[in-house]
Amino acid sequence: MANWIPLWLHKLGSPPIFYRFAGVLRPWMLALAVLLGAVALYGGLVLAPPDYQQSDAYRIIFIHVPSAWMSLFIYGVMAVASFIALVWRIKLAEVVAMESAPIGAAFTFITLVTGSLWGKPMWGTWWTWDARLTSELVLLFLYLGVIGLYHSFEDRRQGARAAAFLAIIGIINVPIVHFSVNWWNTLHQGSTVRILGPSKMSGDMLWPLLTMMAATKFYYLASLFSRVRVDLLAMESGKDWVRQIAEREGRQ
Amino acid sequence: MSGLSLSGFFAMGGYAAYIWPAYAVFFIVLIADFIAPSLRRRRNLCELRTRLARQAARATRTPPASP
Repeated sequence: MANWIPLWLHKLGSPPIFYRFAGVLRPWMLALAVLLGAVALYGGLVLAPPDYQQSDAYRIIFIHVPSAWMSLFIYGVMAVASFIALVWRIKLAEVVAMESAPIGAAFTFITLVTGSLWGKPMWGTWWTWDARLTSELVLLFLYLGVIGLYHSFEDRRQGARAAAFLAIIGIINVPIVHFSVNWWNTLHQGSTVRILGPSKMSGDMLWPLLTMMAATKFYYLASLFSRVRVDLLAMESGKDWVRQIAEREGRQ
Repeated sequence: MSGLSLSGFFAMGGYAAYIWPAYAVFFIVLIADFIAPSLRRRRNLCELRTRLARQAARATRTPPASP
């Protein structure tokens, strides 16, 4: 590979080293996720005032929006890792892509269910075939397609390559989900939080939302690390380092 | 939040039937997502150990060809 990539990055790509690295970081990521999540819940459910139009119903936003962001973010990570896996055949990139899919699917499912629970009191319906909702449902099907394709091959790595290809094609849906509220006339409200320029949301509602967003990011890392570790063990089960781990845990 | 009472908090201004299930789904799905890999890990390592034990048993059963 190109020689501008530092040596430590090459080493991190090696399964036993990444296994140890992920094992050290994972508890910290989980602790940060739980801590930030608890702070965000307190801020969102207790401290933030009721909305002037939606009263307390709007409090679903503190899990709905971070989950929706994660559903798109994880898809992006999965597509980039898939691309790396297809081009450079890096085992670790394959594993990261394939193990991101179930976490992304979980967040997409949460987004759809919480959105439905929010839609019923506010719009008067659980579901409508509107651009934002439909494209988010397509996102869930893409995740499920990637997971299904990965598991439908006898050979793990062949399955990963096919699923990586699907993940890359499906990336087209991510901007569609994001911009659907601007491109089409929909029931779903537009974005209130902006990276560029001021957000259209009061500060005491905004900070719990952003804190929960950080918590879900850390949660993703924690979950990804534990999943990647399991996959690396399974992939390298013939190697000595895995044998040593199996024997050490068997003695306990 | 209307008032400081705990029941007022749980009532969520009349939207309790929507808010609490939403939060329950969020936590149940994420907890399930987090438990799944550790179960898979335990199962994989257990299978690997039985395989290794079988290999070891086979190795001791067959006597060496030359003394």
